Amino acid sequence: MKNNLSSRRKFLKLGIAAGATALIGGGSVLSAISKVNNPAGGDKVKMLSPDGKLMEVDRGHALCCGVPTSKEVRKGIPGRHFVMVIDLSKCRNARKCVSACSKMHFLQPGQEYIKVFLMQDSEDTSPYWFPKPCFHCDAPACVNVCPVGATFKREDGVVLIDNERCIGCKFCMAACPYSSRVFNWKKPGLKPESNYSPESSVPQKIGTVGKCDFCPDLFASGTLPDCVTACPNGVYYFGDKNEDVVTNGVESLRFSELVKSKAAYRYMEELGTRPNVYYLPPVDRSFPYERGFEELPEEMKKAYKVKRAHLKKFKI
Amino acid sequence: MNQQEIAQQKLVEIFSHFDKPSKFSKGLFIFLILIILFAFYAFILQVTRGQIVTGMRDYVIWGIYEVNFIFFIGISYAGAMISGILHLLHVEWRKPIIRIAEMITVISVLIGPIYVLLSMGRMDRFLHIFEYGRIQSPIVWDVIAIITYLFCSILFLYLALIRDYALIRDNQVLKISSFRKKIYRKLAATYHEIPLQKKLLNRCLSTMSAIIIPLAVIVHSVLAWIFGMTIRPGWHSTIFAPYFVIAAVFSGTAVLIIAMWVFRKYYHLEEYITEKHFKYIGFILLVLAGLYGYFTFSEYLTVWYGSETWELEVIYKLFDFSDYGAWFYLAAFVGVLVPMLFTGIPFLRNINTITIGSVVAVICMWIKRYLIIVPTLETPLLPNQDYRPEYVHYHATWVEWSLTAGGIALFLLFFMLFIRFMPIIPVADISEVPENKDFISEKL
Repeated sequence: MKNNLSSRRKFLKLGIAAGATALIGGGSVLSAISKVNNPAGGDKVKMLSPDGKLMEVDRGHALCCGVPTSKEVRKGIPGRHFVMVIDLSKCRNARKCVSACSKMHFLQPGQEYIKVFLMQDSEDTSPYWFPKPCFHCDAPACVNVCPVGATFKREDGVVLIDNERCIGCKFCMAACPYSSRVFNWKKPGLKPESNYSPESSVPQKIGTVGKCDFCPDLFASGTLPDCVTACPNGVYYFGDKNEDVVTNGVESLRFSELVKSKAAYRYMEELGTRPNVYYLPPVDRSFPYERGFEELPEEMKKAYKVKRAHLKKFKI
Repeated sequence: MNQQEIAQQKLVEIFSHFDKPSKFSKGLFIFLILIILFAFYAFILQVTRGQIVTGMRDYVIWGIYEVNFIFFIGISYAGAMISGILHLLHVEWRKPIIRIAEMITVISVLIGPIYVLLSMGRMDRFLHIFEYGRIQSPIVWDVIAIITYLFCSILFLYLALIRDYALIRDNQVLKISSFRKKIYRKLAATYHEIPLQKKLLNRCLSTMSAIIIPLAVIVHSVLAWIFGMTIRPGWHSTIFAPYFVIAAVFSGTAVLIIAMWVFRKYYHLEEYITEKHFKYIGFILLVLAGLYGYFTFSEYLTVWYGSETWELEVIYKLFDFSDYGAWFYLAAFVGVLVPMLFTGIPFLRNINTITIGSVVAVICMWIKRYLIIVPTLETPLLPNQDYRPEYVHYHATWVEWSLTAGGIALFLLFFMLFIRFMPIIPVADISEVPENKDFISEKL
């Protein structure tokens, strides 16, 4: 236990050291943690200065310089490489990530940018819950096939959609092997009072494609994505690969150590899409998977159960 | 009588078949207009409410609009391949039927892309493809290929028409309104059967038929690649492009046979479109049915034998009677065997049975396109655990069906309009003394 603690401290130190090399592009992963840790004292945030010193600044100052131009949106936040680590051993399908995400993105009822699947790798293994945001692949199939460049890959690793350019051909949805994308089949009902930006993905536009955007607009103001903060079990770790830090809002860990020590994997690595979302295997679970059914409405329970029923009779 | 006089006589004779629109064709015309108006209503509904009025949802993102798109581009092969190849080979009997084939090509290439627009969420932004187009996307390949194809097939049809327009222009007997005469004069483009003109025109036609064949192959290959380039079970296959090409020629030939039957019957063209034509085109259909069956067998055997889990998931949806089984066996066996029997076995082979075989082939090819698109989309790599049934299974809505019917009606309507302005039988060509040239030895 003691060992663990000291290694955690080491993590943080290293994280800070690593962060010092990366220039502050509208906030740091660490500043995001501090915000979550002292929700009461929200006026001050801890930030790394360009010369590597940890300092407290007023929240207002931490916010970056207004709405980025469309060129900046396509370029991304310099020096960043966003990653996410999802710890499957802690997930119990509480679906707080789903509802928080839908709320902040003003999604239509039924639409989900994050889907939680019930997976079972083979007959003899135990089922587990598998939350799945967009993987923000480094070799994104969706970006390759887009005829108009409406969906694009940024330098900071994020894959975004420009809904003002999207023609709604849905080719990206066919190309994405992970079913990460949703379509706005009808006029969006909820109208947020903000101007459209591909970084925030709101307001939605009819006849165009939407998906999880890793919330780069929140990052710019020093906040973690809502799925990370909403999760009651700390399943999601969001961070920066260059800074080598990921955090779930409670603890921050060194990304490289975490994925090594916990044998993280990327879903369907063999597809060659090089996702930026890593999964920690569902071992030593915090909850039995049955817990995931407890709060579900009946029709959703049913949908989870009919999984692969079709194939049962063929024994595959 | 010189050749021109023979041609003029034939022209008058052929025009007498198309003299006045019959009661039936007037009724048909009104019926088609009604269907198109209804489709237009469905279209307005889709534009105002969004694609929520269709059966498409987040998993099955493409439905029968894409099926119709592939289907219409497929039947456009009638003109491109049949007419193009027969022209290049100087096959003499091709002459009475190539005009029909080329009309099918132009009309179906005009109608097919409508369905691409319909399946787009924002057709108002279609021009973005030209503004922001990225050559890396197979959709952009498709747009380039189809626009080229449309242009070339219109040119091909028009070049072959020039001589006939010149005939009509020079004709004194036919009663044609002065307005139409004016149009024909323009269209005839100062052509006067001068040997040099004739030589140049022939050379243009040969060049166009040489261009249109590879172009047609490219168009359908690119279409197949829209599916083949994605890593999805049932689509990610190396033989998809040639498979699509063969399927397209197969369905195109079948549609040509049906059109030949209809024109022969209702315009009494028995003298020009003979049983021989049905038999010869029937033989082509026979070979194509065999090829298509072979491709189907090869595709599904490979995938089934390989037994990858995701591929099997789609395969068993197709093989299982509780799912798409009945449709699959219909498309894979009935759609191949019926045309083969009716064209291959001598005592079963006549004009009507060959046409019935073609109708079966065309219907089955439409079903086959449905089976390529929908079951694969219903089988994502990650399981589909959506609780909303409409998100799990695709069912086309009345909006989609009425727009499908609208497309078919538009196809027939275009035909009715085309035959008012173009001689359906290439008069100038058929009044020529047969060339009797051996193409290969001439080239050697």
